[in-house]
Amino acid sequence: MTSIGETELRERTRALLEQVHPDDPDVDCAAFRGAQFDHGLAWVHFPEGLGGLDLTRKAQVFVDDELRQHCKTVYNDLSVNAIGIGMGAPTVLAYGSEEMKRRYLRPIFTGEEIWCQLFSEPGAGSDVAGLSSRAVRDGDDWIVNGQKVWTSLAHYSAYGMLVTRTDPEAAKHDGLSYFVLDMKLPGVEVKPLHQITGEAEFNEVFLNDVRIPNSMMLGKEGQGWKVSITTLMNERVALGGGTESRRGAGPIQLLVDLWQERGGSDGSAADAVMRDRIAGLWIEYELLRLTNQRARSSMRSGVPGPEGSVGKLMSAELNKKLYEACLDVLEGEGLTYEPGFDLRRPSGKRLDRLSLIKHGFLRSRANSIEGGTSEIMRNILGERVLGLPQDVRVDKDRPWSEVPRNG
Amino acid sequence: MADIQFTEEHEQLRAVVRKFLEDRSPEAAVRAQMVSERGYDPEVWKQLAQELGLVGLAIPEQYGGAGYGFVELAVALEEMGRALLCAPFFSSALLATHAILLGGDDAAREELLPAIAAGESLAAVALFEPGGDWDLDSIALEARSSDGGSRLSGRKTYVIDGHGADVLLVAARTESGLGLLRVAGDAPGLKSEPLPTLDLTRKLALLEFEDTPAVPLGDAGDATPLLRRVLDLAAAGLAAEQAGGAQRCLEMASEYAKERVQFGRPIGSFQAIKHRCADMLMQVEAAKSAAYSAAFSAASGEDDLRATAAMAQAYASDAYFRAAADCIQIHGGVGFTWEHPAHLYFKRAKSSALLFGDAAYHRDRLATELGL
Repeated sequence: MTSIGETELRERTRALLEQVHPDDPDVDCAAFRGAQFDHGLAWVHFPEGLGGLDLTRKAQVFVDDELRQHCKTVYNDLSVNAIGIGMGAPTVLAYGSEEMKRRYLRPIFTGEEIWCQLFSEPGAGSDVAGLSSRAVRDGDDWIVNGQKVWTSLAHYSAYGMLVTRTDPEAAKHDGLSYFVLDMKLPGVEVKPLHQITGEAEFNEVFLNDVRIPNSMMLGKEGQGWKVSITTLMNERVALGGGTESRRGAGPIQLLVDLWQERGGSDGSAADAVMRDRIAGLWIEYELLRLTNQRARSSMRSGVPGPEGSVGKLMSAELNKKLYEACLDVLEGEGLTYEPGFDLRRPSGKRLDRLSLIKHGFLRSRANSIEGGTSEIMRNILGERVLGLPQDVRVDKDRPWSEVPRNG
Repeated sequence: MADIQFTEEHEQLRAVVRKFLEDRSPEAAVRAQMVSERGYDPEVWKQLAQELGLVGLAIPEQYGGAGYGFVELAVALEEMGRALLCAPFFSSALLATHAILLGGDDAAREELLPAIAAGESLAAVALFEPGGDWDLDSIALEARSSDGGSRLSGRKTYVIDGHGADVLLVAARTESGLGLLRVAGDAPGLKSEPLPTLDLTRKLALLEFEDTPAVPLGDAGDATPLLRRVLDLAAAGLAAEQAGGAQRCLEMASEYAKERVQFGRPIGSFQAIKHRCADMLMQVEAAKSAAYSAAFSAASGEDDLRATAAMAQAYASDAYFRAAADCIQIHGGVGFTWEHPAHLYFKRAKSSALLFGDAAYHRDRLATELGL
């Protein structure tokens, strides 16, 4: 550890801005963030020469704060390269060779090379370690065949984090290996995945006799699961965890506004039932907000309690109920779907409010599936928080090839 | 809008109360007191008041109390709900204390509060009437003026710890609107009758007044805002009790699910049981958030207590009842026996949910607050 304190870190950030400034029209994202990386201010907890200064992760806030204070243009990791920065870089740092670290980390940070994650398969969702895409050794290369699914950003990506099976005779967690896949290699085919909203947020990625050099493996052969855990632990993109910090804001406001604009209750029995339902949902939404707030404050005090684990399950289930109620309040207006269902990529264009609600109604079904289904979340709560015993496992200590799986 | 912000001191208070109740109010003591005539152990009550200073927790020091606020009271109530403590705490330390603090004049506070804080005087609040509902509007008992004071004739019911109380605070219609009047526990014309309760751990009484002398608690004037506030505080305190009880149900259910073996494996390894426990965990955490939110807004003195108390009472009532019901179900046959404590929580859960209006009633109040 070097001993660079807050003051010096802020000075170094201002020195960077004197050399190159993101508000300068001649300086694009890649140019500015490249310079930020070279100054060790990309992620200060990384080693020197690899975008960091060997400091603690927490010290990054001083850099980010200076940038916010002095720049109108502030690049957001999530929009620059969400998966590459959030998950790819820490995994390369932990398991990559020196050569790989030098080659990949900088363009990940600048956004010149977008990364995606190739884990889920049609036959392996919750049980991702049971995946069946295969890599077979051929000289210095591996020949990969199989299909990946739910791959965000694959259509923009230069590289993918690929987990695939290299030894079907080992138990399922032991037969996996992890590769950095060049998405331009012959045999890699990306197709948009048409989803229930009409959009394609995700892709299917088909791998047909893709030849990957052994040098692109992260970690050792058979270590793929361990490396994957590093990737997943760094999953910054909090799914469903974030809620508005103000009481009554967020999706609940959509529901309350809809109800009030349509005149609220006329005193009929049907309206009394709906009013009770909306009050119940308001309560649940407020309690989600408060429970998340309690979780944050116990995180700060260093004693995370069970309140931190329930947020994902709560918000996924609640979000679905909120949008269901919105559609019920809309009544006849809920019969139409203005955006239409033609296959399209999600656009940055803002939908009008009613379209947003109808889209939200359909999109919310994924909340209890993505990032861990509600059933998996309940297993985790039961086992890790309440200490209940694991279910009986039929796939343990058996070669993967003998375990029943999808056809 | 007050944030939930517990301090180290709050956690110490929680630990002290929990330890005390583990020692002095274990299940055997609860079972002994719930069938006793008095309904509580005077020794434990005395310790609670004088050694721990809990009865006067929210009473200012100038009136003999500990000078803390509602958050501390809620911490104590959560632990008492968890332990099913049988004691006139809710009636004296919450209902009567706040009615006197907020509604009494200085003389009344000086006269009544020190004895309550010391645990030497039990006070109860009588609001609801046979045939009425939980709204203050339905209070019909009339106070007739008579030379220098008032006279009450009529009935009050579901009076928490009303039987054996030294002081009764009775809501009645006066010439200047709704009033709150003091009646001595041994006043002429007052008859009190313990009700046969579903929840044996909380005593309720039916009171009959026949030309019973009463004096206004504080300045004559409409007591509606005062009683509204007291009911909101009651809801906030009850929600804390409910959160504590629900947490205990979750613990009992998940402990049992780890131990109980059927089909060659602990039943907690079955997802049918595990997922029920996980849902219970989620609801219990949300119920705590609800109770804490109401407690912190009560302590801050903000107007939003009306909304947070309604929210807390609505949610905690449902969550506690579901936790207590699921606790029985997960225990199977043994959960249906008298010997197992599950039924004590189940009965407490249902009667707490009914005590100041059910969950739907409180959602209705909240909906009105929100302009729905």
